Amino acid sequence: MTTAISVSALVKNFGRTRALDGLDLTVAQGEVHGFLGPNGAGKSTTLRVLLGLLRADSGAVRLLGGDPWRDAVALHRRLAYVPGDVTLWRNLSGGEAIDLLGRLRGGLDGARRAALLERFELDPTKKGRSYSKGNRQKVALVAAFASDVELLVLDEPTSGLDPLMEEVFRSCVREERERGRTVLLSSHILSEVEALCDRVSIIRDGRTVETGTLSGLRHLTRTAVDAELAGPPDGLAGLPGVHGLTVDGRRVRCQVDTDHLDALLRALTRAGVRSLTSRPPTLEELFLRHYEAAAPAGAAR
Amino acid sequence: MNAFAGTGTLFRFALRRDRVMLPAWVYALTAATASTAVSFEKLYPDAGSRERLAASLAGDSSLRALYGPLHDATTIGGITAWRMGVFGAALAGLMSILLVVRHTRAEEEDGRLELVRAGAVGHRAPLTAALLTAALADLLLAALVTAALVLLGQGAAGSAAFGLALAACGLVFAAVAAVTAQLAGTGRAANGSACAVLGLAYALRAAGDSAGGGLSLLSPIGWSERVEPFAADRWWVPALAAAFAALLTAAAYALLARRDLGAGLFPSRPGRATGVPALRTPLALAWRLQRGTLYGWCAGFAVGGAVFGGVAKGVLDLVRGNSGVADVLRRIGGRDAVLDAYLSTVLGLLGMLAAVYAVQSVLRLRGEETGGRAEPVLGTAVSRLRWAAGHLLFPLLGSALVLAVGGLAAGLAEAAATGGSSAAAAARLLGAALVQLPAVWLTAAAATALFGLAPGWTPAAWGVLAVFLLIGWLGPVLRFGRWLLDLSPFTHLPHLPGGAFDAEPLLWLTLLAAALTAAGLAGLRRRDLG
Repeated sequence: MTTAISVSALVKNFGRTRALDGLDLTVAQGEVHGFLGPNGAGKSTTLRVLLGLLRADSGAVRLLGGDPWRDAVALHRRLAYVPGDVTLWRNLSGGEAIDLLGRLRGGLDGARRAALLERFELDPTKKGRSYSKGNRQKVALVAAFASDVELLVLDEPTSGLDPLMEEVFRSCVREERERGRTVLLSSHILSEVEALCDRVSIIRDGRTVETGTLSGLRHLTRTAVDAELAGPPDGLAGLPGVHGLTVDGRRVRCQVDTDHLDALLRALTRAGVRSLTSRPPTLEELFLRHYEAAAPAGAAR
Repeated sequence: MNAFAGTGTLFRFALRRDRVMLPAWVYALTAATASTAVSFEKLYPDAGSRERLAASLAGDSSLRALYGPLHDATTIGGITAWRMGVFGAALAGLMSILLVVRHTRAEEEDGRLELVRAGAVGHRAPLTAALLTAALADLLLAALVTAALVLLGQGAAGSAAFGLALAACGLVFAAVAAVTAQLAGTGRAANGSACAVLGLAYALRAAGDSAGGGLSLLSPIGWSERVEPFAADRWWVPALAAAFAALLTAAAYALLARRDLGAGLFPSRPGRATGVPALRTPLALAWRLQRGTLYGWCAGFAVGGAVFGGVAKGVLDLVRGNSGVADVLRRIGGRDAVLDAYLSTVLGLLGMLAAVYAVQSVLRLRGEETGGRAEPVLGTAVSRLRWAAGHLLFPLLGSALVLAVGGLAAGLAEAAATGGSSAAAAARLLGAALVQLPAVWLTAAAATALFGLAPGWTPAAWGVLAVFLLIGWLGPVLRFGRWLLDLSPFTHLPHLPGGAFDAEPLLWLTLLAAALTAAGLAGLRRRDLG
């Protein structure tokens, strides 16, 4: 599989603030890649480096086989970008903005444009100033999806969209994947990432902390176990990889590192198991573990 | 009263936001007045020298067009009031316009006023707080100018009258801006239309002062002159101006009550569902964004040029009617020389105004960048250079167009007034207007260099322009050192019509402008955006 985007050890400073601190990111061609991280983790900065709007201080960045800083114009013909905060020209209508952005990219598909306007229920005759946040977002999305490009770079594209439109967006992304296009999707909405993405990268404080498929990531984490035993639970506290153990009579609740699950189950069956539920971690839990780890740094500020 | 709830808080907040801008304006105007007075003390130390100044001014319509009539040549305060009066009043007006629009329509356009009005804030509070801020700045200016002149030994009454004359003009234009902020849908349009009124007021005053007649009575700047500080000290004039400002403010309140938050006077009409085929290049986008401003400046220059050209006959009549200056007249080259001196002063003024347009159109680039609208464009197959080039065509060619319109209008109006050949006069003044271009370009190039190399300092381009304007305005009379005069590109332009044409300085200025622009663009290619 060829890679559409490869970033390694990317560093970007703004004055004395280090926004990106050795970030790594690999996006394979044809995949939908989720790009997750708390506010201020450096998601938008990374995307702007990928677009050649910001210059990397150090690290290697390749995009569609080129250097995003040096070959910006040639690469931009092959990608479409939706910024996180879409601002439009106040004296241009939405339709004009869509056409302009598409043409500047090298042309857009008129039939697709019309179909997308209908699906997103967007009135193209309104002027930039009279659109709501969600509708401004739709203008940028229609311009991006109507272009014939290999790569879509989307920065929190559904902020401001209502649930119906969010569903339209999801089906558009799925169609893009079916057409063999690569999508880099920065998002906060975990259900969206879970529904759409083949692989995800989680970043924090300008560094990549996890990357892989969703099931692969789950494997790395803890499973929640809730059991009712026949006899008194003994010797559980000493087991390696067991966390947050609470014993309430014969009821046992804990989390266990996935690679120590087997040892825990053996210990439980020795006492006799009456009932047992075990649950893989949700993406939320996965996420919160990384976000909460970031909290002390935030609190210190 | 409920409609005014929260005014005090907003007023204090406005003062905090303007803690740099407001003192800088007031300080600069006071310092200019004080240093003018100090220089005049050295240049005209005794009554005899001041009388000679008055006599030489009597026949010089071009100076009267620029500065207005000299009412009192016996005191330093009187000469200072003459010298600073018109520009001081116009600048106090500009300061007030910028302050009021900044806190009203500009805030409303950016959506911040919505947040403010959602609090326990009456619908009149933001406008009232903005007007109070401008009024405070104007009164502060009056107090400091008075104090400065009194400290320099001038009469208290005349000093106070002068200070109030400036403040009165400021108050009127604060109220004008309050009205345009209700009518226009954007901060830019509100500033633009209020400044157009200011420009018209200046032109009416200049026309009236150079050719006589009542034209200057139509202008708030002309009212400030009628105070005649140190000569007549007409206190009722500022009072009348303040009453007029109150009337305009009432009109602004009435308009405010009649419209929705965020809306202008006219509802926004739906636009085209698709872009016209030509809307496919960065230049086409720049044209869509900048054409309105260009049309406005062209219209302003057409009117201004016609007014200045049209009073040319009055300029001659005034000289002819004054037998005392016949001698001076003969010495400097007769009738044509007087007319040429007047016209070259007028065209120099148009050149400096064109530089304001040029800087404004360069700064559009920075506005697009910080507004987040450059990002989607540069995310397409558009290089930074192409994007910037689209906008920079406006300072390059737009300012040429604006100057050409001004020169042609002045020439045609002059020919119509004096009965000369239209084609000859138009060609003469068109050429003289276009000679200003290299200096305009250099000013724009300085702005471009700031934008490319030190983007955070881009607004300092206005400071550069202000220095050039101050040198052109105060330099010749205050006899600045040669090196200081040479700093302004406008110093190096040949004085046309009448003067000798010399292509060399024009070539140098153009080369320097090209070099600065290239440096700015090289910086833009290298730096981070956003």
